[in-house]
Amino acid sequence: MEFLNSILIKPFQDMVAAPDFLLQVLWEGLVAGVLYALIALGFVLIYKSSRIFNFAQGIMVVFAALTLVGLHEKGVPALLAVPLTLVVMFLLAVAIERVVLRPLVNQPDIILFMATIGITLFLVGFGELIFGGENKVMITEQLGIPTGSLTFEPFGGFVSIEQKDLTAVIGAVVLVAVLLVFLNKSKMGRAIRALGDDHQAALSVGISLSTIWILVWFIAGIIALATGIVWGARAGVSFALEVIAYKALPVLMLGGLESVLGAIIGGLAIGILEKLFEIYWGQPLMGGNTETWFAFVFALIVLLFRPQGLFGERIIERV
Amino acid sequence: MLYRTASQFKTSYHADHALFPVRQDAWLLGIILIFAYAIIPMTASEFTFNALLIPVLIYALAALGLNILTGYAGQLSLGTGAFMGVGAYACFKIITAFPDLNIVVAIALSGFFSAAVGVAFGLPSLRIKGFYLAITTLAAQFFLVWLFEKWGWLYNYSSSGAIQVPNIEMFGIIVAGPNASSVTQYYFVLAVVTAVTWLAINITRGRIGRIWKSVRDMDIAAELVGINLMKAKLSAFAISSYIVGVAGALFVFLWRGAAEPNLFDIPLSFRVLFIAIIGGLGSILGNYLGAILIVALPVVLGTLPGMLGIPIQSATVEHLNVMIVGATIILFLIVEPHGLARFWQIIREKLIMWPFPH
Repeated sequence: MEFLNSILIKPFQDMVAAPDFLLQVLWEGLVAGVLYALIALGFVLIYKSSRIFNFAQGIMVVFAALTLVGLHEKGVPALLAVPLTLVVMFLLAVAIERVVLRPLVNQPDIILFMATIGITLFLVGFGELIFGGENKVMITEQLGIPTGSLTFEPFGGFVSIEQKDLTAVIGAVVLVAVLLVFLNKSKMGRAIRALGDDHQAALSVGISLSTIWILVWFIAGIIALATGIVWGARAGVSFALEVIAYKALPVLMLGGLESVLGAIIGGLAIGILEKLFEIYWGQPLMGGNTETWFAFVFALIVLLFRPQGLFGERIIERV
Repeated sequence: MLYRTASQFKTSYHADHALFPVRQDAWLLGIILIFAYAIIPMTASEFTFNALLIPVLIYALAALGLNILTGYAGQLSLGTGAFMGVGAYACFKIITAFPDLNIVVAIALSGFFSAAVGVAFGLPSLRIKGFYLAITTLAAQFFLVWLFEKWGWLYNYSSSGAIQVPNIEMFGIIVAGPNASSVTQYYFVLAVVTAVTWLAINITRGRIGRIWKSVRDMDIAAELVGINLMKAKLSAFAISSYIVGVAGALFVFLWRGAAEPNLFDIPLSFRVLFIAIIGGLGSILGNYLGAILIVALPVVLGTLPGMLGIPIQSATVEHLNVMIVGATIILFLIVEPHGLARFWQIIREKLIMWPFPH
């Protein structure tokens, strides 16, 4: 009885007792969720257009952030370093398409998946070789991101919102909006979606596979840079950032591998729920640090009821 | 000329489906076994045992377990590292609870624990497929490693949170622990690996193996011809996890000597997956070839600059190492997506023809 009480009733009593703390937790979860959604979006774009499960998205985040900081350390002004980093990400996209993807066209999914793990290892070694393995500080102020914090006092309590988190959320929303317009309205965006629907049909009407792949990997690179700046501002830039890529995987499962909307909603849901679970159930009852697995187990349970994720395309099987 | 199959007639289906339809294959295996059991132990140094031979065998065993699940039954798993952990922790609990128990029995029993955990995490495979399933196995990976860290009972509440292998005797010889000699450990691992490989070969070419392959190739079609998918998938998870668990127990007890939870983290899973894929999915031989490549490559790369007299800092070597391993993986996938085992098949076919091309 005591046990049931501590699982089923006590956490909710805690939530009601300190609504300001609850709000703070929700906000933290929302910010984390926005970042998960951003990474998941990079995954979804590449999966949609090429059926490649791109494991390298996480390391691309690290690589982009390291390039940005590394360029700034070499004396490049911050606002010039951003476009330069984008150039680097573009070259990376071209290189990946030429060297890795083109020879592997038409291979089974698992081979392409392994190839992206190979890319991950290569970039880890390459990045450490060039930039060193130590933790770096993101050039938040130089990029003009405000660093103060706003405080509110709802319910007679106290909630503090860091301005850089707020900037991150706004930036992510703008980025996603631009991306959605690009995908749905522009000619290139239509070509990407056409490739996602049917490779051969798209090729037969004259859509260039290699151009679109480079484009998609470049967009994934832009998203990686945005994620890298935002997450780096919160936690510093190091190879530990790579682990957040794993967090994007349950988001993908939850939202469905093909769905942009699913990535966003899944990201927000997982960000908020894992924070709530950690604070109200994980820390008091299970010794904490439940964030490493909660998202996976949650997505697993959802998947048992909807095997293609919440917004994924229904899998139609034929013999 | 050495590999001539002429004059080796088969007069019955039974003979045609024998383990070695070609006599030379049996000889070749015999030579390899003589090397493994007699010649290598006599010539190898302590370093070779610890850095190459024992890890190659253990990794090959783990990859064999994964290969049964992924290569034969077609269920992609990314949680191998955690299942190895289950085997290792189970073996540790058994050994510390019953110190008089024979270590072979302890290792064999510990496999059952990882098989049970494997079946539990394999249950979703009945509904979830493809990459979605791969990510659900990551749930096992992260949850189990977290459990190893937080559940004190598993490591007997030791203050370091790590498990430490005591000295374990078998028939008066110390086989595991800090005082065990490398040669003994090598023979122990080799014997276990040989036995499990023999079992695996015979399982995969028998009835169960054929059922798994049909599930891998198209599970709905398999279901329509009367195969019980649940039994097929769960048995693959069980047998695969059993072998992986045994490999995990060997990994800690006969090689590492101690283990922390993060040893079983995701890089270990990926390394085993690399071995299985570079070696060749759906092949037993491939696991050994892949393990030799993946284990030996970093060792060779690590000693190469020193031998050539190139002054490079060890950190740089480490980074170059990671880069080269990544590039090698991509290269192998491009050159031969069916793995090293396929290379051997091609060579073998050429040898049978040689020196006449037709």
